[in-house]
Amino acid sequence: MKQLVETMARSLVDYPEHVDVTERQQDNTLVLTLTVHESDMGKVIGKQGRIANSLRSVLYAAAAHHQQRVRLDIAE
Amino acid sequence: MKTVKVSGKTVEAAITKALDELNATTKEDIDFKVVEEPSKGFLGIIGSREAVLEASLKIDPVAEGLHFLQQVIADMGVNVEVKTQETGKETILSLTGDDLGVMIGKRGKTLDSLQYLVNLAANRYTDRYYRIILDAEDYRKRRREALEQLADRLALKAKRTGEKVFLEPMVSRERKIIHAALQKNNDVQTYSDGTDPHRYVVIAPK
Repeated sequence: MKQLVETMARSLVDYPEHVDVTERQQDNTLVLTLTVHESDMGKVIGKQGRIANSLRSVLYAAAAHHQQRVRLDIAE
Repeated sequence: MKTVKVSGKTVEAAITKALDELNATTKEDIDFKVVEEPSKGFLGIIGSREAVLEASLKIDPVAEGLHFLQQVIADMGVNVEVKTQETGKETILSLTGDDLGVMIGKRGKTLDSLQYLVNLAANRYTDRYYRIILDAEDYRKRRREALEQLADRLALKAKRTGEKVFLEPMVSRERKIIHAALQKNNDVQTYSDGTDPHRYVVIAPK
């Protein structure tokens, strides 16, 4: 799941080398936190969060397929 | 995008060098800009200057989009394959395999999200927007037919009850299908209300 978020984010930003995803377990949910270069924030969030929502849809679909619970946070 | 700066005695020599550094085979595969024209200088010794150019690999949006999609499919751990279909101005990437339900999602939400991301990744470096449509075993066509049937049914309801019928929020492409389906219907008129992503169609009796 971590790899999936990294792949998607790296293909959208100007500074792929600044893409970082950390994971931690909270109760039964895997919480992924995505960090990107400051100037790339818009590229992973989009107008009215459209890109962020799309990233989440794809991630949640993959997680559900593997019977996992995942949450994606985007760090400021 | 990877850009290299190369120099050579002549522009041609610099291009050859750029091709080598970018792992490209022909001049058609790269974009380049001459930063400095070469100059022989005085007697070929004093003040001679090499040609300097900036070069980068030409980007093919469809190849970029396809590459992105295949990486995502691999990371999702689903059993899905991609077929490419060119139809002139747009390209359809069609999914087949065992896990299509996962890829489509509820009312096509996952497929629409993935299509949006594929287009973003594909057009990252291009000035002109190239459209890629993501489909899964004729899902788009089946969805269109379902929406057209829904439109007809709700138009009848609007006419029968004399009241407006409010549809659930849809993306612009789906709203357009509803509007188009009822354009020639003389009993009702349609319009959209609300703001994206909660914009919805209203079918009103005439």
